[in-house]
Amino acid sequence: MATALSVLQQHLLNDFQRDLPLTPTPYREMADALGVDEEAVLSHLQSLQTGGVISRVGPVFAPNRLGASTLAAVAVPPERLEEVAALVNTYAEVNHNYEREHRYNLWFVLTARDEARLSEVLAQIEAATGLPVLSLPLLEEFHIDLGFPLRWED
Amino acid sequence: MATVNDPREDPRLARLLEAIQSGLPLTPRPYAELGERVGLSEGEVVDTVSRWVREGLIKRLGVVVRHRPLGYRANAMVVWDVPDDRVGDIGRRMSAHEFVTLCYRRPRRGEDWPYNLFCMIHGRDRHSVNAQIELLAEACGLTDTPRAVLFSSRCFKQRGARYLAEVPSGDTRSGRMRPA
Repeated sequence: MATALSVLQQHLLNDFQRDLPLTPTPYREMADALGVDEEAVLSHLQSLQTGGVISRVGPVFAPNRLGASTLAAVAVPPERLEEVAALVNTYAEVNHNYEREHRYNLWFVLTARDEARLSEVLAQIEAATGLPVLSLPLLEEFHIDLGFPLRWED
Repeated sequence: MATVNDPREDPRLARLLEAIQSGLPLTPRPYAELGERVGLSEGEVVDTVSRWVREGLIKRLGVVVRHRPLGYRANAMVVWDVPDDRVGDIGRRMSAHEFVTLCYRRPRRGEDWPYNLFCMIHGRDRHSVNAQIELLAEACGLTDTPRAVLFSSRCFKQRGARYLAEVPSGDTRSGRMRPA
């Protein structure tokens, strides 16, 4: 465990992954629900965000409702992995980019304003790397994102 | 999926969509502050975001945690080659397990990539993730189904998706994961 978290921080992380109050003062409502003052909620959220424990307080958008997206995979020769990953990262359309343990070892998510731009980026990556890109767009989503219940006991 | 107030047709909504993607300001009146940036009133922002939630454009609104700093160091994408006429049933059954954080049907790509069902599993370590995969296979009747388990070993980039506008990636984090 990288960080020792207070009980208040644990509640902030677990209890508000969805249904953030849509009222003018959402943090005050969170504070009321937890029995603390708004200042404490704001300062803890700030430090959790600065520390990288939370990426944001905000929305998770449904895929493919605006613009176009795909999951892409490339089988990269291991000695070229860092170079190809860096090239992929230069595109603002790339939001996740991971090495995974498989012949297809580089996996990234592309989100673009439309299909045309998506195809263009895929083609540019293929041309620049000389490697074929497997494009695996989402066809059907089964999981309803309710957040992820965190367990504190180790 | 165009609606009356499609952000693609109203520049103020497009700006709100762009502004909210990096998160709400951590200030007492976050919707008012967002509204000031994009030219909407606090009430208009609250109404618009509420509608986006209601219509499903926003899947959830809240605290978005990063798993790794919280000790969830192992992450596997598990891909399965299941019969096409059963993929819906199996996918829904898989999703009922709380350790499954994503579950999608995606296209096969010939013999090279025969898998049509993807799920993501986060766990404290590799051992617990493998145990969860076995549990999942048994619960879904997939013990003899071809599958591949792709653990992630390094993160080159991770941030929320950005739609419409091309903005520089502000919160990109990159680094080697601890082997788990």
